Amino acid sequence: MSSAARSEATAAVRYRPASGMNRNERESSNRPGLESPRAGTAGKILNQVIFYSLLLGAWALLAKFKVWPPYLFPAPWQVAEALWAGFLDHSFLIGIAVTMKRMLIGYGLSVVLGMILGVGVASNRFLEETVGPLLVSLQSLPSICWVPLAILWFGLTEKAILFVVLMGCILSVTIAMEDGRKQMPKIYTMAGRNLGASGFRLFWHVMLPASLPYIVSGLKQGWAFGWRSLIQAEMIFLTVGLGQQLMMGRDLNDMSQVIAVMILIVALGYLVNRVVFRTMERALQNRWGLNPTV
Amino acid sequence: MSPNTNLAAQEIWHPAEPKPVRGTVGRSAVLPIRPGNESVPKVRLEDVTLKYASETGAGILALDRINLQVRPGEFLCIVGPSGCGKSTLLHLIASLQSPTSGAIAIDDDYVSTPGTDRILMFQEHGLLPWLTVAQNVEFGMKMKGLTKADRAERVRHYLRLVHLSQFHDSRPHQLSGGMRQRVALARALATEPDVLLMDEPFAALDAQTRDMLHDELEKIWAETGCTVIFVTHNVREAVRLADRIALMTFRPGRVKQEFVVDLPRPRHLEEVEVAKTAREILDSLRDEINKSLEAEYANEQRR
Repeated sequence: MSSAARSEATAAVRYRPASGMNRNERESSNRPGLESPRAGTAGKILNQVIFYSLLLGAWALLAKFKVWPPYLFPAPWQVAEALWAGFLDHSFLIGIAVTMKRMLIGYGLSVVLGMILGVGVASNRFLEETVGPLLVSLQSLPSICWVPLAILWFGLTEKAILFVVLMGCILSVTIAMEDGRKQMPKIYTMAGRNLGASGFRLFWHVMLPASLPYIVSGLKQGWAFGWRSLIQAEMIFLTVGLGQQLMMGRDLNDMSQVIAVMILIVALGYLVNRVVFRTMERALQNRWGLNPTV
Repeated sequence: MSPNTNLAAQEIWHPAEPKPVRGTVGRSAVLPIRPGNESVPKVRLEDVTLKYASETGAGILALDRINLQVRPGEFLCIVGPSGCGKSTLLHLIASLQSPTSGAIAIDDDYVSTPGTDRILMFQEHGLLPWLTVAQNVEFGMKMKGLTKADRAERVRHYLRLVHLSQFHDSRPHQLSGGMRQRVALARALATEPDVLLMDEPFAALDAQTRDMLHDELEKIWAETGCTVIFVTHNVREAVRLADRIALMTFRPGRVKQEFVVDLPRPRHLEEVEVAKTAREILDSLRDEINKSLEAEYANEQRR
């Protein structure tokens, strides 16, 4: 992740909008203030229906008139067929299951380790001055760059894939933790100390909850980066999984399957974002009274 | 009303002087519940000095040898232009910051770590937004290790005291500014501090709400008998509330002058006597305000 992306991520939580890294987020939290919310939602859905129908229609027309050869540019129904077939022979379900399992393990590890590391960096001057810059510079390294190293260290194993996922998302979590500790309003720590909290209790009862908006945004970003790393790793390692199915589509010259798997990857990413992170952000907004900004 | 010039170096507390009458506030004549040892000052500042490095690296003398004594149960207001270090002084008393030199004693004991015997109330945003009103009020008691039943009991009591019982489970963001400050007051009182430190607690509120909170604060002060150190830039507010007013200079912050306000309580902001007293103090404050403004303009020009 570039430093620009990092600053955007932190800017997104500056104790006002708790969300807002990617465009989907921003649109979905766009609650018009003056119109009634219902009319706003209906209008939004209508817009989306019109837009996606047009997109699909244009795609269908281009395929129908065979502007490009069908093996390079399949029609929507061919992709739908590939999707259907993939689910019928369970290959997609298995792929999703394996990929999600890797993601959960890798992500879980990153969250735990990333939080510990983040707290360490934020609370220890020495670590902050030494490890801090290293973390930021490592963020500029695409996680796929860890693949050669992972293969040499762990061979073509599950461990190697997990390692790549870990490197893909641990930094986001760590940096968000650190940012949260540094940028949360100082008044909360002052109030906490003033009321007799110190040491671990100050951390647990004040600092941790106060940096929650940052942590959630870090978790979300970590998931996004981890997800990308995992698919990339699977494409190279060629073990069962969505990434491998994508590569298989290429090897078989089956463009429909390629697009079908791409759709799956996008859909899964969106779903997790929507279900898990949107819920977290909503809960946070309701509790804190952070207003989603337009 | 006896303006004494240059009192910082003198004996500032006159034991012979009768304590200002705690008038009949509300319905009943009130007396301090916790009479402290009157011969020992509740809070004593000895040559408290604070220096810090500015952005340019030059040392700034924020507070210069502050000497203050506050007797138990006294209501002291500290007034001064913005930037004179009033708030910092409270942070020092609360031990949220350490002075460069000098010492602070509570009941003759030197203090260096924060303690719930002296609770600071912030100007605004001091409540923890992820907790409910009740949890906020409970926070200090929880840190003190009180049992759950005790805490619940006291939360109810103090919320009733500030008339917010029905907002027990609300979140801070659902309350108005005035209500939030009352929660903050309840939270401060709930740890039963001996000293209440208030950092312009009503500055961000509208005039009506402020008036009402002055009445409430005065009543609560009389009922609990705690010592209050109240920082404000509003001289009238200081006259409305204080037994004694300490006037601070602008950079370096020093105690320039002290005033004993012996007008009968309860006072009202609109009273002629209050306005007259405020006027006198304001005359003395004006130089300092001008200095503070000059410094601001000078900054502007440099930019």
